[in-house]
Amino acid sequence: MRIELILNLFGREIFLPDTIVNTWIIVVLLSIFAFYVNRQVKKARVEDKPSGFLNFIELLVEGVESLVESTMGKDKLGFAPYIGTLALYLVVANLFGLLGFTPPTSDYSVPFTLALITFVLTQYYGIKSKGAGSYFKGFFEPFWPMFPLNVIGELANPISLSFRLFGNILSGVIIMGLLYTALAQLSIIVAPVITPVFHAYFDVFAGVIQTFIFIMLTMVFISMAMDD
Amino acid sequence: MPSIDPKAFILGCSAIGAGLAAIAGIGPGIGQGYAAGKGAEAVGRQPEAQGDIIRTMILGQAIAETTGIYGLIIAIILLFVRPLLGAL
Repeated sequence: MRIELILNLFGREIFLPDTIVNTWIIVVLLSIFAFYVNRQVKKARVEDKPSGFLNFIELLVEGVESLVESTMGKDKLGFAPYIGTLALYLVVANLFGLLGFTPPTSDYSVPFTLALITFVLTQYYGIKSKGAGSYFKGFFEPFWPMFPLNVIGELANPISLSFRLFGNILSGVIIMGLLYTALAQLSIIVAPVITPVFHAYFDVFAGVIQTFIFIMLTMVFISMAMDD
Repeated sequence: MPSIDPKAFILGCSAIGAGLAAIAGIGPGIGQGYAAGKGAEAVGRQPEAQGDIIRTMILGQAIAETTGIYGLIIAIILLFVRPLLGAL
């Protein structure tokens, strides 16, 4: 399903590709989900055992918190809400291909934005926890001619982080498109038999693994900038 | 001898270039296989640490994958964006 919009703003036409529209669909869906969970949590009583749905939510929250604690340490548990949001958004976005939409992460603007957020967080918390002096001194380690290499190495982080997610999801989208075109030439009955295996690999497996890697690398980058 | 259409020539060369760029997948394949083998070895030696080993292995494999992804991106750009056609 492709939903594309052309926005008329100040006499100028702005083309919104379907990935941007899908991003907003996901944002609305996750907001509704968050409101629903909030209502359920408020209604729940502390003395009772948690019900089936709330149990699942608690499992999710505790999983994210224990992952953040084991990767970043106990003092950086404040990053858990951001990491959890990132994981939730990326999982839904990567699995959106299963519903017949284009996954938003196959548009380079989405992974690059998320990687830029990680980059800004890394620099901000690096300066905040180490102090500006020792932060800038870190670029001249181990000796001063390494300065340009260190700067390039720092700038390459968000690019490699975003390309990894983007390349994996986009290659899945392209291969699934080629496969569907080829099977449509052959016969219309064959497609539902053969494609589920490829969907399981390119959408479910690659999507979940890439989400995990993205949040893991985000946590590693931030805690590395804060610690040493 | 009939002359070649420059557009067709550039498209053909772009396809060859994309194929060559995809060769970059060899390196990450070797690296990921090596990491997976070492991971299997580690699990065999210490089965109780399986969760940690798998997490570390997947993280290392993701880093090793980066160069392959760069090659893939170049191949995709050559095939679908066709930047060389603009140079005509």
